Amino acid sequence: MADKIFIKGNEAVARGALAAGCKCFFGYPITPQNDIPEFMSQAIVDAGGEFVQAESEVAAANMLLGAGATGVRAMTSSSSPGVSLKQEAISYMAGSDIPAVVVNMNRGGPGLGDIGPAQGDYYQSTRGGGHGDYRLLVYAPATAQEAYDLTIKAFDMAFKYRNPVMILGDAILGQMKEPIEPWTPELPGETEGNDWRLDGAKDREKRLIKSLFLDEGALAGQNQRLQAKYEAMQGEIQYEAFETEDADLIVCAYGSIGRIAKSAVRKMRQAGHKVGLFRPITLYPFPAAPLLELAKQGKRFLTIEHNLGQMVDDVRLSMRTVADSDFFPVYPGNLPTPDEFEAPILKSLEGK
Amino acid sequence: MSELQEKLVFDRPESVIDRPTHYCPGCHHGVAHRLVGELLDEMKLREESILIGSIGCSVFLYNYLDIDAVEAPHGRAPAVGTGVKRARPDKFVLTYQGDGDLASIGMAEIMHAANRGERICVVFVNNTVYGMTGGQMAPTTLVGQRTTTCPGGRCRDKEGLPIKMTEIISQLGGVAFAGRASLDSVKNIRTAKKYLRKAFECQVQDRGFGFVELLSACPTNWKMPPVKANERIREEMIPYFPLGVYKDVTEEGGAC
Ligand SMILES: Cc1ncc(C[n+]2csc(CCOP(=O)(O)OP(=O)(O)O)c2C)c(N)n1
Ligand code: SF4
Ligand SMILES: [Mg+2]
Repeated sequence: MADKIFIKGNEAVARGALAAGCKCFFGYPITPQNDIPEFMSQAIVDAGGEFVQAESEVAAANMLLGAGATGVRAMTSSSSPGVSLKQEAISYMAGSDIPAVVVNMNRGGPGLGDIGPAQGDYYQSTRGGGHGDYRLLVYAPATAQEAYDLTIKAFDMAFKYRNPVMILGDAILGQMKEPIEPWTPELPGETEGNDWRLDGAKDREKRLIKSLFLDEGALAGQNQRLQAKYEAMQGEIQYEAFETEDADLIVCAYGSIGRIAKSAVRKMRQAGHKVGLFRPITLYPFPAAPLLELAKQGKRFLTIEHNLGQMVDDVRLSMRTVADSDFFPVYPGNLPTPDEFEAPILKSLEGK
Repeated sequence: MSELQEKLVFDRPESVIDRPTHYCPGCHHGVAHRLVGELLDEMKLREESILIGSIGCSVFLYNYLDIDAVEAPHGRAPAVGTGVKRARPDKFVLTYQGDGDLASIGMAEIMHAANRGERICVVFVNNTVYGMTGGQMAPTTLVGQRTTTCPGGRCRDKEGLPIKMTEIISQLGGVAFAGRASLDSVKNIRTAKKYLRKAFECQVQDRGFGFVELLSACPTNWKMPPVKANERIREEMIPYFPLGVYKDVTEEGGAC
């Protein structure tokens, strides 16, 4: 068993990326994710890779596009205002089947907001985020260990689907220190992507990576291919179900809020309340089928988010015509505590 | 006795694909493409090259050059090129950008890639208009020049002076070669090729960033026949955008 290390969630993401064989990192300073570029500026170079502090998030994401087009494992990280700027390149990468990993340590918004935790970027993350019809596979880790594990997985998924994958955390995940157990996955090696990557037209036809499709029917064809990809991603659904079996009320929450809600649920269980937690780990694709299953068993639902109500749409869509979900918001700018979740959970449990 | 002698004096470079052009008559994009193709052949770079296309009339450059290519968002080619080169430092990386693409929306990306001394080459086609979108005012549009978004002519007080990119780029530390040539005449086209070769060599020799501005005609949006367009380059463009080498570290005898 590997030794445990005591690190922030941000560093766990960075270390996970290195373990996954990430060879290029493109960053730009913004709180609360600065630990990632700071760590990478030395560590990725020591690992034989490249670090660039870009002139902007726009540039960083476009550097990612370039590196991804060569079939090299690459990553960028930022926080909300910076991720808005990356959307142009993310749309292009999705449109031209380029694998890449994008990290968003969500902070409060809109606008400059604050530098504290928030979940206001749920819609942006799960609906594509930029222009056009596309989706990212989105992982929402709740602990530093999960951040490490899911970052490793994110690279595998990015290459499996040739699609950008997002790690969506927040300031709590990024800034909190906790012990993790690092591990090293088996890596795909030099041949990854060798049937599509750009490495010079030597002894083969030239290759072209683009998102422009002007010929009649070509763009519709590309959209159809992308859609098939998103359907295939349904197989990657991940979630945590905690004490849901005999629960009368299920709290739906993701990421750091999911973790805080779990503390509240655990405490209320001890007091004899039949409550459980459903924590989506993939936000796209959303774990709709298992939620529907729970809804069919006649359970009640309460969605708690660190925003004004975004994931609750997906919860409701999952169980439409069968059940509904209450909603409790933590306003971005406020710091949530397990205790403040108890009253709304009790209220929903009693169906008030 | 005289025997009929046949001598091949002109052919298509191997790096250039044999297909009908989509460019307007008298457009200089095709000339610039050919120069790039000739050099890729002559320097044996075809199989090592990765092209970063940009958004403008030259968006289809990948249909004419027989090399690997990726399409960059508008203005971002130098950032995409940075990513490609950092990921594959062993490859020859080249961007090809118009004046709207490079000197307006992509100003930050070109400045910083040049300043970092990215080992990439930039072919900058300055035709003083946004060609593809129908001839709007570009950052390089000359004072007094009429376009669809400055129908009364570019006004210095409101729109500023046209930006001289090669002069600006040549001031940045990471630049190994910066030069401006013109595609209006055979003589100038020869010089253009010489500059491109220098810029390409700077990348191959790991000296730094290579930048070549090519003054080019857009007869369609200038609303004049091709011959007149070439005259306009000589009479109006070259006086404002002087030709020449602005930086060459190979002449200075040191790498940057
Ligand atoms: C983000 C974005 N904004 C605007 C456009 C529209 N657009 C396409 S080409 C172009 C201008 C191209 O002009 P230039 O770079 O000078 O190239 P030229 O066509 O003159 O060769 C613009 C503005 C776009 N594609 N993307
Ligand atoms: S519009 Fe201008 S730049 Fe575009 S192809 Fe025609 S002449 Fe060339
Ligand atoms: Mg132009």
